Amino acid sequence: MKTNDLILQTITKIIIFLILLFSVDIFFAGHYTPGGGFVGGLMTSAALVLLLIAYDIKTVANLFPVNYIYVAATGLLIALVTGISSIIRHKPFLTHAFNKHVHLPLFGETSLHTAALFDLGVYLVVVGVTMTIIQSIGEDK
Amino acid sequence: MTLLHWAALSPFIYALFIPFIHKWFKNLHMGWFILPLPTALFCYLLSMIPTTAANETIVEVANWIPSLHIDFTVNLDGLSLLFALLITGIGALVLLYSTFYLDKQKEKLNLFYFYLLLFMGAMLGIVLSDNLIVLYTFWEITSLSSFLLIGYWNEREKSRNGALKSMIVTVFGGLSLLGGIILLYLLTGSFEIREIIAYIQQQDVHSHPFFLLSMFCLLIGAFTKSAQFPFHIWLPDAMEAPTPVSAYLHSATMVKAGIYLVARLTPIYAESAYWLWTIAAVGIITLLYGSFFAVKQTDLKGILAYSTISQLGLIMSLLGLGAASVHFSLENDYFTIATAAALFHLVNHATFKGSLFMMVGIVDHETGTRDIRKLGGLMTFMPITFSIAVIGAFSMAGLPPFNGFLSKEMFFTAMINITKFDLFQFNTWGVLFPILAWIASVFTFIYSMLLVFRVFAGKYKPEQLPTKPHEAPIGMLISPLILVSLVIVIGLFPNILSNTILSPAITAVYGGVPSYDLHIYHWHGFNIEFFMTIGVFVLGILLTLTFTKWKNFYRIFPYSINALYNFLIEKGKLWSKQLTNRYMVGSIRTYLLYILTFLVATAGYTLLTKNGVNFYGKNLAQIGLYEIVLSLILIVATISILFAKSRLASIILLGAVGYSVSLFFVIFQAPDLALTQLVIETVSVALFLLCFYHLPRNARKKESIGFKMNNAIISVLVGITFSIIAISSYNTKLFDSISSYYVENTYKKAAGENMVNVILVDFRGFDTLFEIAVLAIAAIGIYTMIKLRLGGNNRENK
Repeated sequence: MKTNDLILQTITKIIIFLILLFSVDIFFAGHYTPGGGFVGGLMTSAALVLLLIAYDIKTVANLFPVNYIYVAATGLLIALVTGISSIIRHKPFLTHAFNKHVHLPLFGETSLHTAALFDLGVYLVVVGVTMTIIQSIGEDK
Repeated sequence: MTLLHWAALSPFIYALFIPFIHKWFKNLHMGWFILPLPTALFCYLLSMIPTTAANETIVEVANWIPSLHIDFTVNLDGLSLLFALLITGIGALVLLYSTFYLDKQKEKLNLFYFYLLLFMGAMLGIVLSDNLIVLYTFWEITSLSSFLLIGYWNEREKSRNGALKSMIVTVFGGLSLLGGIILLYLLTGSFEIREIIAYIQQQDVHSHPFFLLSMFCLLIGAFTKSAQFPFHIWLPDAMEAPTPVSAYLHSATMVKAGIYLVARLTPIYAESAYWLWTIAAVGIITLLYGSFFAVKQTDLKGILAYSTISQLGLIMSLLGLGAASVHFSLENDYFTIATAAALFHLVNHATFKGSLFMMVGIVDHETGTRDIRKLGGLMTFMPITFSIAVIGAFSMAGLPPFNGFLSKEMFFTAMINITKFDLFQFNTWGVLFPILAWIASVFTFIYSMLLVFRVFAGKYKPEQLPTKPHEAPIGMLISPLILVSLVIVIGLFPNILSNTILSPAITAVYGGVPSYDLHIYHWHGFNIEFFMTIGVFVLGILLTLTFTKWKNFYRIFPYSINALYNFLIEKGKLWSKQLTNRYMVGSIRTYLLYILTFLVATAGYTLLTKNGVNFYGKNLAQIGLYEIVLSLILIVATISILFAKSRLASIILLGAVGYSVSLFFVIFQAPDLALTQLVIETVSVALFLLCFYHLPRNARKKESIGFKMNNAIISVLVGITFSIIAISSYNTKLFDSISSYYVENTYKKAAGENMVNVILVDFRGFDTLFEIAVLAIAAIGIYTMIKLRLGGNNRENK
């Protein structure tokens, strides 16, 4: 019994960008204000789940043609490489490097930090894991 | 590694070649390949006699594990040489016999000779090694190879049972021996017997608590191996082994390992009254018990098994009494005669018992049965076997002019002498020894006579025999003939042994000093021993002739140690199964109950005994209104879960608990936690709902939690215990928190302002790395469980 989800779908189209933006904001702001890779990743998956609810698995799979297990694996790899990179600099494993005052063309004075890369790994793992779980269960009969 | 080391290890090395010999020389009987080894070893050991006869000891050390004081030290003195000669000599004869006894086609000879060589090497290792740990190693190898040899015909159930029983009993003793060795090491600081003896002579250790304990541990080891009462039960069942094995292991060598150990340790413990009494008493009981029950047996090997038990008891009791000599000077001592008799009888027993076993093997081989009730009148068919039987059995009974007569006379002398030993109450209770010894000798006489005359004399019963009897082939007769000729030669000229082999051995038993001049006489004059022997003969003949009239007398002993063993083994299995079934019920609920009970018991006990309870804290914070309200919500929600009528309600209430926890995070100023908690709670509630939706119809019906008093008590106790622990541990803060470091350095060193996040990714990022790994594993796990349902599909198909 397929009902007409027009309102839901339309609202989703708008709101999904807000959620995604919010999750990216939470992710990037994590080092200075509450948030970080974990909550950011969960928010992103929440947006995707909303898409799943409004449309169906196939549509979402067409929209984002990724295998989420690879996403999780990529996240783990990024986190690991971030850790290993410090060994190349002759520092102990997972010693982060940062520069507080970098002038970037568009952003102005920004601080760059390898912890953000590590957090990106966390973010990708969380997205990959949540989506894998939800998709597996959803596709199950 | 010297030549002696290689000699001791040569059987093992030789055994390695057996598979190749087996493969390449299929046409020749394998026994011929093995025979040269013990013969060569025997000749090599014979060349040592002049050395040991001069009371010199050869000590050679080969390092094995020097850091643990474990080295393969070979110590060749009179005692070791006596045993080593027995092992190799009888070994060679048994090999010769087995070559004719075992069939080349029907038997797996490669296995047989492999086990036999393993045994021979281990036995040589026991008697030659001075290091107790090395001795123990070889000791266990004899147990193992004996197990393999008894179970040689492993398709028979009786063989397997016999092998298992001997394994259980001897390994029990072996482990006890190991315990004794370790205790002795703790006592003296050495594994080397020579060093232990030297230590004991210098220091007084008799009052040390380990002294008696180690003695009894070692004695249990010796008693189980030598089939002493009440550990004798394995020996009659070991008779399921092929007859050459019974002849070699269970009469001449392995069962004498315990004797060897007792003789070897005599210098360490002989000062103690417990040593004297235990060994003498156990030996004499075993002697009486074995000879008494040997008469009852109907299987020829059964008779010989009980006879071996009783003869070993005789030797053991003599060794116990011989230890009395340590309390006096050794030269021309009254009690040294006991040790002399023990060692002399040891040699004699090996000769006549070996020949008797071989005789029984021949009878079995040629008539097809060993049952004494079916046999009879074989004298005319098998004259040579009959002669062997007569000589062996008469020597066993102690008739002149055979060697058994001489050692029996010495045995009586020793038993009478001991009553004059006025220490440790031997002068009062000791009078029992000659009486028991005399009774046992009468029974020995009876079964020896029955063994010969019920088989070879009397009526010939051809209808009961599976095959028609005839004389054995000459090859089978060589070994027993050599042994019985030794019986006669030693009987007539005992002194060829006395000063060459026996007296150095006696000296070795007493720890090396001083030498003892042994002379064995045939004729002692008209003394007590003489009349005791006459009495044995007269009463023995009378009882043998009237045996059929009084044999029903045995029916009054329906219970035996064996029955007790069987009962314990069977009931032990049953009881342990019942016990295990009682607590391993297979219900997770019950196991959880065990775990929690244990948790509460240990934590509560520690809390109370260590005075851990502390309710009086100083640094408690003020309680605000929000906390009170939120706590009330939390408590109400939690309690409601317990009383919820439906599962759906429980899930919703659980969600309520989770959201109030996230509210707690908010008011306790943990925004990151609050955010995460909110999202995760939502996800998990959704998952719970999913599980609920997929429940089977009948399981979804509304049903409140059943009430069980046990569960209620345990859960309340767990709650109380951990509340107390939490409160007490909060109130006993021993150190300041290290969090001030993070507060100061979050921006300075890590360029961040969100302290939680900085700790997660920077200060302690390593944990986070593995937490995301955990998440990834969980996702892959769920994915796999859902996608790969091989087991599930199969089950559905079936």
